[in-house]
Amino acid sequence: MFESRRKFITNMLSLSACSLTFASGLFHSSLAHAQQLKKSFSLRNFDETIEHLFRGEKLIDNHNKIKFHRLPRVAENGAVVPIKITSTLKKVTKIYILVEKNPHPLSAEFFLSPAVEPQVSARLKMAKTSNVIAIVEADGKFFRKIKRVKVAVGGCGG
Amino acid sequence: MSSIKIRTKRLEGNTQIRTLITHPMENGRNKDAQGIYIPAHYIKELLIEHNSHLIIRCNMAGSISKNPYFDFLLKDGKIGDTVTVTWKDNLGATDSEEYIIE
Repeated sequence: MFESRRKFITNMLSLSACSLTFASGLFHSSLAHAQQLKKSFSLRNFDETIEHLFRGEKLIDNHNKIKFHRLPRVAENGAVVPIKITSTLKKVTKIYILVEKNPHPLSAEFFLSPAVEPQVSARLKMAKTSNVIAIVEADGKFFRKIKRVKVAVGGCGG
Repeated sequence: MSSIKIRTKRLEGNTQIRTLITHPMENGRNKDAQGIYIPAHYIKELLIEHNSHLIIRCNMAGSISKNPYFDFLLKDGKIGDTVTVTWKDNLGATDSEEYIIE
């Protein structure tokens, strides 16, 4: 009886340890992950950032299942550019927002659990007229949508 | 006073979570009146929990606007559920706020 009880406890312990590591893999950043994260936000070259983030994965272009809302064609103030991204793709796990010509192209990355709809909105800073890129990871595939946003500095046109 | 404001709204069976954070979000490239660079000070990580389950994690850098605003759409979500928003910045500061869906 004691044997089985001990076994039960060890089983339970290993099970909880398992679920802990699983949870941490999903959401909490390990040290290696933190370093990778730091690098992806500090890269200055757009192509390098894409390469670093997606490591040669194919990006499926101009997908009509991703939509931009609120994002203006001409932004009067580059310091506050509203953006809202919605998607009708299934199993969306991540949404990336990149601004091609910003000093650091990666603006934000969102990790979404299945409890939320694939929809995020934020406000970006844009240094100058540039493409805004949303990349949605759904079911292990990457979908990309691009929109060009003109930044009018001081109302003089971009 | 907390730096985080949270509001929720029922939208066609879903719950919209809106959050506004008071933060300078300095990217380190702006100069002050004396022409000295203002050191970078921005939120690195934003966590949103629903009934203490992590539902959204967001990593960002200085290219998010000052006083960042975000909104998300939570599937389901009932009256009385708690929504917790936590942020951490690059200087180690952190703040957290809890909101009960009405």
